[in-house]
Amino acid sequence: MSVLQEISPNVKNMKQLEYVVLARRASQIMEELRKGARKPYSEVIDVSWGDPHRAGVKPLSFVRQVLAACLYPELVNSNKLPVDVRQRAQRLLGQCAGGSIGSYTATAGIAEIVHRVSEFITRRDGGAPSHPENIFISAGSQWALQNILKVLVNSKSSPKTGVLTPVPCHCTTTLSIMGLGAVVIPYYLSEEQGWELQVEELDRALESAKGVCNPVALYVINPGNPSGHIQRRKSIQEVIRFVSEKKLFLLADEVYQGCVYGEKSEFISYKRVLAEMGPPLSDTVELASFHSASKGFMGECGMRGGYVELINLDPDVMKYIYKLFSKDSCAPVLGQIALDLMINPPQPGDPSYPLYNVETQNIRTMLVHNVKRAFEVVNSLPGFCCQPVEGGAFAFPRLHLPPKAIQKAKEVGLQPDTFYCIRLLEEAGVLISPGCEYGQKEGTHHIRFCIMTSEVMMEELLRRLTCFHTQFMKDFS
Amino acid sequence: MNSERHNCQLELRGAGGEEKNTTLIHFTSACTAASLCPPLSLLLCFRTTTTTKIKKKKMSQQTVNGVPSRGKVLTLDNMNPNVKRVEYAVRGPIVQRAVQIEKELKEGVKKPFSEVIKANIGDAHAMGQKPITFLRQVLALCSYPELLEDNKFPEDAKKRAKRILQACGGHSIGAYSASQGIECVRQDVARYIEKRDGGISSNPDNIYLSTGASDAIVTMLKLLVCGEGRDRTGVMISIPQYPLYSAALADLGAVQVSYYLDEDKCWSLDVAELRRSLNAARQHCNPRVLCIINPGNPTGQVQSRQCIEDVIRFAKEEHLFLMADEVYQDNVYAEGCKFHSFKKVLFEMGPEYSSTVEMASFHSTSKCYMGECGFRGGYMEIINMDPEVKAQLTKLVSVRLCPPVPGQALLDLVVNPPQPDEPSYTTFMKERTVVLADLAEKARLTEQIFNKVPGITCNPVQGAMYTFPRITLSQKAIDKAKEEGQVPDMFYCMKLLEEEGICLVPGSGFGQREGTFHFRMTILPPTEKLKVVLHKISEFHLRFTQEFS
Repeated sequence: MSVLQEISPNVKNMKQLEYVVLARRASQIMEELRKGARKPYSEVIDVSWGDPHRAGVKPLSFVRQVLAACLYPELVNSNKLPVDVRQRAQRLLGQCAGGSIGSYTATAGIAEIVHRVSEFITRRDGGAPSHPENIFISAGSQWALQNILKVLVNSKSSPKTGVLTPVPCHCTTTLSIMGLGAVVIPYYLSEEQGWELQVEELDRALESAKGVCNPVALYVINPGNPSGHIQRRKSIQEVIRFVSEKKLFLLADEVYQGCVYGEKSEFISYKRVLAEMGPPLSDTVELASFHSASKGFMGECGMRGGYVELINLDPDVMKYIYKLFSKDSCAPVLGQIALDLMINPPQPGDPSYPLYNVETQNIRTMLVHNVKRAFEVVNSLPGFCCQPVEGGAFAFPRLHLPPKAIQKAKEVGLQPDTFYCIRLLEEAGVLISPGCEYGQKEGTHHIRFCIMTSEVMMEELLRRLTCFHTQFMKDFS
Repeated sequence: MNSERHNCQLELRGAGGEEKNTTLIHFTSACTAASLCPPLSLLLCFRTTTTTKIKKKKMSQQTVNGVPSRGKVLTLDNMNPNVKRVEYAVRGPIVQRAVQIEKELKEGVKKPFSEVIKANIGDAHAMGQKPITFLRQVLALCSYPELLEDNKFPEDAKKRAKRILQACGGHSIGAYSASQGIECVRQDVARYIEKRDGGISSNPDNIYLSTGASDAIVTMLKLLVCGEGRDRTGVMISIPQYPLYSAALADLGAVQVSYYLDEDKCWSLDVAELRRSLNAARQHCNPRVLCIINPGNPTGQVQSRQCIEDVIRFAKEEHLFLMADEVYQDNVYAEGCKFHSFKKVLFEMGPEYSSTVEMASFHSTSKCYMGECGFRGGYMEIINMDPEVKAQLTKLVSVRLCPPVPGQALLDLVVNPPQPDEPSYTTFMKERTVVLADLAEKARLTEQIFNKVPGITCNPVQGAMYTFPRITLSQKAIDKAKEEGQVPDMFYCMKLLEEEGICLVPGSGFGQREGTFHFRMTILPPTEKLKVVLHKISEFHLRFTQEFS
């Protein structure tokens, strides 16, 4: 008999991701290909994650040069690297204990980096003040989010703690909420309005929680993941008024703030809007805003660097948040440095600037192109309808599946969109994820794929998708 | 699958709520008057409230521009009560004071010392230990692969870098890896374990890479803890213990079940004491997990093979899940002491044990000869875990996305170091040997010097990176501490910090027998500096004893 017959009910309650099935099959297929199996494709394209490097986007030279010099300080004295890179590395090493990135840092991160994060926020938000003591750097933004959720979720309370969460929503957050034993209260974004967040829907969702759980927080993702929507100022203001009125803690996931493609779209942070709304709101609404080194044009997911800024929190509660972060020792130092480089890139006049500028411009052009192409091609396919992708890393088109396909999926015991994704993987070697993973209105189906890819990969992806989809619709018509 | 998903989600109940303006009654009532917000005009925009503001807070709720001000949503009264019980001594108040003193020194404040020596944490590089060249060369190549063209880097370093990059998504260490870790790294870890354990097989599927060993430890505990009331999971931990355990248990609301190590027998573990502790705990909880730290932190003892066998037998008899924290496995110094992994002993005890006892073993890149704490690399190996539970574990780790990839790459190099026929071998071995030889020397030195001081008794540092000497404190000192509102050894350590600039962690942060006092100090400072530190502490101790005699 196993000791582990019983395990944490919260962990058990976390939903099993559809992705696991897909990923397992994808690695089997890759193994088969390696062993020489004949397939209509020679490699699997994996665009299931918001992971630019995996999808063929090249790392920025400046970032990797500085990291290399920090890793191997002999490079600081070599002329292989530009002088500003070497200076930057030297300065960063000077800010590490013992001059090595192999030492632990302070709990919230290297003090100088935390300070520069606060300066970055102030700059970004048109001067709204940011204070280093309110910032915690963590091993990715999800880690910080989990810590804040942990403080919010009262594991002993009855009824359970609830968190208002968008639908669709990327799954790590919903899993975290469930893993803490809290209740996910879904509010639906309006697909027809380009995935807009509507306050009436928040009202409805809050109402639906009555008697079921105790809602304490509202989680928003802007730019949206997977929805790709960017909130306008007015919408943000409404949300802020809503949380103030309903006494909710606001969790703003803003990791895609550097990924904005729509011509008329602009990212505005919750913090900025809150500050500009003035007192009493700006002095009272409790806000946690998250950002990450994994996204943007840099896309350094593997480094695990992110941060949370906490606003208007009770100082007594802050003490416990500090303890919670200190238990994790510190964020990986390379992740902290990646974050620092993201918010303080080379400036005109620096030796690294011309190359940095070319590389980032190329990525920008590529992404704008990808978004346009994905939108055009997907919308040209029968049964697909894709809202404009204003920002973020994903396209999340709606898929009108023929009844026969839905019937077939039922027969094989799969969600209809998972069925579609499995077929796409088998027949075209493309790994994407199904809409059911993120939540969707009953009876609707979607797929999500990353648009932060190289141009070549995007064209190949769209080509394979088009071929497959045409055949699929024929097969099930 | 579907029904499970809906467990925790509310169903959509038709669009458009009817009572749009209702505030939630049960929530409002949770906000007590004490937690109401200060008058808003008095607050600076977004500044964390200072003490004066807290005083103002006591004033009644007011209105600004006709809008009622609101109390905080998140207060001491309604926050997760488990989080309030979290204490992490190695980064506790004494360390925060040390940072403050450093700042004062920088600002030119005169002190009886010119620098703060932070001997509170096992952070080798912070103490001046140099990184191992080979490890850093490979990582630099992984970071900036253009350097592969550079002939200054040895061929074997390039070969490793290429192999690691090959295993990364898009050939970049900037891509996410699988949540369990990069497959080829897990294979290398498994091979390393096999070699370490004399050929006992290890399956890469049972290896989970992590963000430092602490992440893996917390994850396992999170998976294991369940039940309510008398059925709540109890977790047995040693006293003294590493405070990560007590902090994680507090956080999870698990029951801490303490068993005491025997200080008089060099902090050894006695099964009779395990049994005593277990039986006592069974009165009020359901003990299901036994944590062992070997080599010990903070106590530095290395368990004998016999002792490990006894523990395994006990775990089997009592049906306990074993968690073996073995992060100091390569830090063994004392003559006659040898590290035996729990896994090896388990398998040598035969199938009766090796096929039944469930276990997790933890390791890290932060200790040993490399001391690369900043990379947050680590792994655990799980043994005999039920496949369904393992699936749950895999799901749980997916929430973290993945461990830092440079830490995974580093781990790969540690478990697969340069071989005798490779160009980096000689330098690598030289660097490695020097670090470990130095540590052994420092372990000896520490015990020697401390044991000469009346009022300090110190067990040999057989392994790990710390000494945990016992200090005798007079009643007068204890009374004085009470007066200051501090536990006696915190009072002692604070005074040492203020007078000598040396930062230690008081024994109370690790747990100790009632009425005994200790502190933990790392043996990591460079030998000459360590000597100075040891002498300064000795002198301080004598002074302190005199002052409170």
